[in-house]
Amino acid sequence: MKVSLFITCLSDMFFTDVGKNTVEILERAGCAVDFPASQTCCGQPAFNSGYLKEAKQSMKQMMRSFRDSEYVVGPSGSCIGMLKEYPKIFAGDKEWEEDARDLANKSYELTQFLVDVLGITDVGSTFKGRVTYHPSCHMTRILGVKDQPRKLLQNVKGVELIELPVAEDCCGFGGTFSVKNPDISREMVKEKSRHVSETGADYLVGGDMGCLMNIGGRMRREGKQVEVIHITEILNTH
Amino acid sequence: MSVKIGEAPYNERITKGIENDFMREAVSSAQGRFRAGRLSQAEELGNWEDWRRLGEEIRTHTIENIDFYLQQLSDAVSNKGGNVYFAETAEEANHYIQNVVKKKNARKVVKAKSMVTEEIGLNKAIKDLGVEVVESDLGEWILQLDEEAPSHIVTPALHKNKEQIRDIFAKKRGYDKSDDPEELAAFARKELRKDFLSADVGITGCNFAIAESGAITLVTNEGNAEMVTTLPDTVITVMGMERIVPTWEEMEVLVSLLTRSAVGQKLTSYITTYGGARLEDEVDGPDDYHLVIVDNGRSKILGTEFQAALHCIRCASCINVCPVYRHVGGHAYNSIYPGPIGAVITPLLDGYDDHKELPYASSLCGACTEACPVKIPLHEMLIRHRQIIVERENKAPMTEKILMNGFAKWSSSPAAYKISTKLARPALIPWIKDEDMIENGPGPLKGWTDVRDFPAPSKKSFRAWFKERESEQHERSK
Repeated sequence: MKVSLFITCLSDMFFTDVGKNTVEILERAGCAVDFPASQTCCGQPAFNSGYLKEAKQSMKQMMRSFRDSEYVVGPSGSCIGMLKEYPKIFAGDKEWEEDARDLANKSYELTQFLVDVLGITDVGSTFKGRVTYHPSCHMTRILGVKDQPRKLLQNVKGVELIELPVAEDCCGFGGTFSVKNPDISREMVKEKSRHVSETGADYLVGGDMGCLMNIGGRMRREGKQVEVIHITEILNTH
Repeated sequence: MSVKIGEAPYNERITKGIENDFMREAVSSAQGRFRAGRLSQAEELGNWEDWRRLGEEIRTHTIENIDFYLQQLSDAVSNKGGNVYFAETAEEANHYIQNVVKKKNARKVVKAKSMVTEEIGLNKAIKDLGVEVVESDLGEWILQLDEEAPSHIVTPALHKNKEQIRDIFAKKRGYDKSDDPEELAAFARKELRKDFLSADVGITGCNFAIAESGAITLVTNEGNAEMVTTLPDTVITVMGMERIVPTWEEMEVLVSLLTRSAVGQKLTSYITTYGGARLEDEVDGPDDYHLVIVDNGRSKILGTEFQAALHCIRCASCINVCPVYRHVGGHAYNSIYPGPIGAVITPLLDGYDDHKELPYASSLCGACTEACPVKIPLHEMLIRHRQIIVERENKAPMTEKILMNGFAKWSSSPAAYKISTKLARPALIPWIKDEDMIENGPGPLKGWTDVRDFPAPSKKSFRAWFKERESEQHERSK
């Protein structure tokens, strides 16, 4: 199966291991992975801030980049969730609405792709540690991906999965929200950090680097020892 | 009072909310209870998503045909001997009610809980006549004694704990017992009983007006609406024009969604329905009945992309799940309608000038949209507000506009984007510590690094790694 990787700008520049792990997981699952190099950002920072015109420019770039792809897979619920909104955003735009629908229909978050499209719930990895999972808001509420990451984690040998209290609560990232409303964002991430500590887990795992960067950054500032990692790190450890 | 409740600027309100430990503890614990209750009630009912869809259908149909149903309601109330008044503005509504109160030579008005009367500032209008107004909902009564605005649309005194309530009763009414909730409630009950018996006019809000029959439905847990509507000779209902359902059948569905979503109850202790005046062959009902239907900016929302905001049934489930609300409290919104629904409707009812920060007071986590029993896309409406603030109102900060303009250029040009993946790290080198973290970022990063660390950009981007890997594989396969 041919898969085009949508790396997301955050992982392209900051969290390159997420991309490497994603490529290796997909290849092990039998996919041929390509990387359309003209891809940039899904447009969410501008779109969520109310800059529709600006957002559309990056969205068009994304549609151009993935026009020939069969499947588009990315390691982020939030960014894939943004692609899924394109048809609404370009509705009535004759030039782009078909591209928008096409990209939305063929795009999948990584765990969603593994479980729902490839039918894989055990990637055959081994990872020793007490792990708690943060289900990020856009992954669950916009994209509707709730069970897939859990199913994959449950089948990793050595993982002890501990429930995160009030897991569905936002970590306070919210993209530009975190710098536009820093005080509220701080209180939210403090609360999330407290909940993570309560679990006694060694690792906090999630499927969105934005949220993990926020929680991890806060926990490091608080001097906490929990390691904050993307789910691909666990799924690609043997 | 009006929609806006104070003059303090946004940042001051946020700080005040965050620093109020008492309030935050009270709000957090109430949210926990409401959330658990709502989820268990949804499960108990079964097929919750189907019920939500039905709720959405009913509200969509009703609001699309609101002119028809308002006419039907008006005719039904008139046939039952009631007077109906359509008020376009808050002033018109207050003026009409003032006239009724004056004509009765009333000395005391007793009220059941009503958000729309808060919105139009009715209490002040009545007090201006030299007439006493008593709120009979326990939460509202506490706030009236303490001269404070509600912080929540269902449980208005949510932000107060029992010790604070004891102190208010002691200070304002000479209460000398403990902070035991039962003792506090018994005291309020005794005090309010005198007011019910001596009031000349009773005023209530309206959860659902039934167009077909002209009946007004009120949902309470204290039974005070029964007292307000049965004891005084004159009764006035004030309703926002969208609080309407076609028939009893839809009312039943929406009441069930409302009570389950609001407080996690199958039904509240009292569902009061009343309406019209006592007709000649009837034995009960008030001598004089008035229904005041308030527009106050609502019809301007009809036909716009925000029309679904009028579907709201005021259950507050969006408020009860909102993490922003939990940390800042209701008063920080500076509107009698706080939380996500407040951030959506406040700028619509009262303009952007005083409320332009509200649509940004959300991380767009979508918990509100997920909880809404009539499926209002609340977080999407917040984004739409932001677009209007940027494009039409031109109220976005200049630095943000420049940044977003740069974003558009960067993200629509693969070449510019690629260069940035190489330059991001060198540009930030002065701030990167040995562990590859930034603890004191410059410019826009400062807001971030004030409270948490920021990762340094990678030495090599993913795209560079992928390209190298591809050419290695290519070499090998030669």
